[in-house]
Amino acid sequence: MEYLDPIFLARIQFAFTIAFHIIFPGLSIGLAAYLAVLEALWLKTKKDIYLSAFKYWIKVFSLIFGMGVVSGIVMSYQFGTNWSVFSDKTGPILGPLMGYEVLSAFFLEAGFLGVMLFGMNKVGKKLHFFATLMVAVGTLASAFWILSVNSWMQTPTGYEYNEVGQFIAKDWFEVVFNPSFPYRLTHMVIAAFLSTAFLVGGTAAWHLLKDKTNPVARLMFSMAMWMATIVAPVQVFVGDLHGLNTYQHQPAKVAAMEGNFDTQNGAPLILFGIANEEEERMEYAIKVPKLASLIITHDADGELIGLKEWPKDERPPVNMVFWSFRIMVGIGMGMVLIGLFSLYLRLRKKLYENKLLKIAALWFTPAGVVATIAGWIVTEVGRQPYTVYGLLKTSESASPLDAPAVATSLAMFVIVYLIVFGAGIYYCIKLMQRTPQIEERGVKTGIPRRSAGLTPVQALNKEGAGHD
Amino acid sequence: MIDYAMIWAGLIAFAVLAYIILDGFDLGIGILFPLIIDKTDKETAMNTIAPIWDGNETWLVLGGGGLFAVFPLAYAVILPALYMPMILMLLGLIFRGVAFEFHWRASSQKQKLWDLGFALGSFVAALCQGIALGALVQGIAITDRAYSGGWWDWLTPFSITTGLALVVGYSLLGATWLNLKTTGNLQKLALKIAKAAGIITFVAVGIVSLWMLFIENQYLERWLSKPNIYFLMIVPTLVLVIGLNLFLSLKRQKELSPFLWSISLFVLSYIGILISFYPYMVPPSINIWQAAAPDKSLKFLLVGSVVLLPIIIAYTSYSYWVFRGKVKPNEDYH
Repeated sequence: MEYLDPIFLARIQFAFTIAFHIIFPGLSIGLAAYLAVLEALWLKTKKDIYLSAFKYWIKVFSLIFGMGVVSGIVMSYQFGTNWSVFSDKTGPILGPLMGYEVLSAFFLEAGFLGVMLFGMNKVGKKLHFFATLMVAVGTLASAFWILSVNSWMQTPTGYEYNEVGQFIAKDWFEVVFNPSFPYRLTHMVIAAFLSTAFLVGGTAAWHLLKDKTNPVARLMFSMAMWMATIVAPVQVFVGDLHGLNTYQHQPAKVAAMEGNFDTQNGAPLILFGIANEEEERMEYAIKVPKLASLIITHDADGELIGLKEWPKDERPPVNMVFWSFRIMVGIGMGMVLIGLFSLYLRLRKKLYENKLLKIAALWFTPAGVVATIAGWIVTEVGRQPYTVYGLLKTSESASPLDAPAVATSLAMFVIVYLIVFGAGIYYCIKLMQRTPQIEERGVKTGIPRRSAGLTPVQALNKEGAGHD
Repeated sequence: MIDYAMIWAGLIAFAVLAYIILDGFDLGIGILFPLIIDKTDKETAMNTIAPIWDGNETWLVLGGGGLFAVFPLAYAVILPALYMPMILMLLGLIFRGVAFEFHWRASSQKQKLWDLGFALGSFVAALCQGIALGALVQGIAITDRAYSGGWWDWLTPFSITTGLALVVGYSLLGATWLNLKTTGNLQKLALKIAKAAGIITFVAVGIVSLWMLFIENQYLERWLSKPNIYFLMIVPTLVLVIGLNLFLSLKRQKELSPFLWSISLFVLSYIGILISFYPYMVPPSINIWQAAAPDKSLKFLLVGSVVLLPIIIAYTSYSYWVFRGKVKPNEDYH
């Protein structure tokens, strides 16, 4: 019976559509920034190698961006179609934030995307770089607003109610900069950068395994490994801060992440285990004494709040949160190790020689994306049973729809997404299997045609001088 | 009467109109895709909109997101009421949107499938938008701030008619756009289609306008009561004038003016709908002020909109300017 519950179906539909969606904007944020850096380096150094890498990745970017756009429109309407009570109640607060996302981010991206993808021969190099930069800024602005929205749902502040029961703003600054927002924003943007770095690094590793002298692949690999070396440890640090902030505002979520049922001093860190929510305990648990208290309270004997503090119907599902958290952290640790290993090899001038690093990087190609989805499962499932934490229950947020209607739409989404995005991801992989070459031209594969990539260096210099 | 709710009703109306016109010609090209036989012509047609479709579609996100922000009650009742057409529209837009990229990535066999998806996706999206309009005109059952009808209420002869009318109307926009942006055989084909689509659109506007009068008493009274009838007669008169000019411009094989006259026809029909609806946002029970969010939300978003909308219009125009002129076959666009 439970499976015919329209709210349950609507939750599955939202989870399914947003899990697919987040892959694309996550990588768009990272790739747009990467492309802006590559184009800046090309303009500055005039070295073709940067343009080659730029032209290689812009094809992947345009595919991923396109999929992000079409899966994103679904999200912007799904609040209304399936979560109409939530929309009516939170619209006066969350709507304007999303409105700002459209006005300051979506239009900016879309407005300059055409010039970025197709305009290289139509506008000057500097204007083209400006377009790339605006697309990158747009993706970041989008992250700013949508993470503010999500964070407000986790840690609502600055609101009051009006006479019809809607949330309305008391203080917009407090709404936008709610307590979990700075942490969530930083954590997610870094995740986007790392996901992209490992996508680029894994692709480059694949080509270096075949030919370790390929200069463009070397460039990509080196840049990606720098990101792993520097940014992965930063992410561990930021993630820790984010966790502490979550413990402060949503302790039930952290208790589920840790699989901690009992409030206790000197709580052990449960490395692995399976939650038995009926009997309120972790089965087959492997524990490290006092470590959980040490990590979260920074005191080995600190008190850690357990799930039993909440009635059963106000706890998030434990296993999903617990295991997703471990997947995310495990991948993060793997990224740090790869980063350190690459630094060690780099210092010994063997970055491109060592086969183990390349194989590890290849395996980690999708790692950032997987970790991102796992992290979102932790934060979203961990917020349950609420949509607006502590204030609005998920069960009281949904549209008054019949189960067959939601079942039909869910089935259609599953079929269409698997076909369309399955094919899209396949095309991405095909693009990433092309051997990167110094003379990349045009966005289209196949017959090379005239384009900026072919312009002789002298001509570039002349033209560049003309612009100054 | 000019308060924040009215200003926002105007802005949302503008965003929706911008969407209808801008994505209208994009979707129109998708709808006409099966009629374009030659592969190079197909690619040229696609290339005329490849750099701009995404920006055009963003107006739909502004329409939806804006409604959520400033008229959350309208957003919360319209979307569940139009559940199936909305979901189908979104799925159609997915197939339409990915085709721009997938066309160039697929093997020649799969390419035909994505091209079909481009056409069907555009058709379904247009049809569902028209159906949604028709269902909204017919009115939405509401109890206690929530939709209280069934999940098939939207499906009526009238909504099917408005759906098909919009498909034809978008075809007219698409054809006149192609006439403007292409050369040779493709342009000839576009001109031929534009003539046919123009006649059907014109007839459809007439049928829907007359039919609409008898759906709600408000519409009938708004248009035919005295003294309204005297000055509202200007709307159908202008439609006739525009229709005439459209045909003359097509007959003289003009390039820009048929597109502009087609747009005018859309603007005028749209104004006609606004006249019928006012002051309702969701006929027959929720008016603009009932649907509006508290002034605090309206003001907060208005501040940014006043600054950002002109900037958006400026750089969007710049993007159109960059890609101005005829698109040549096999041009290295992609």
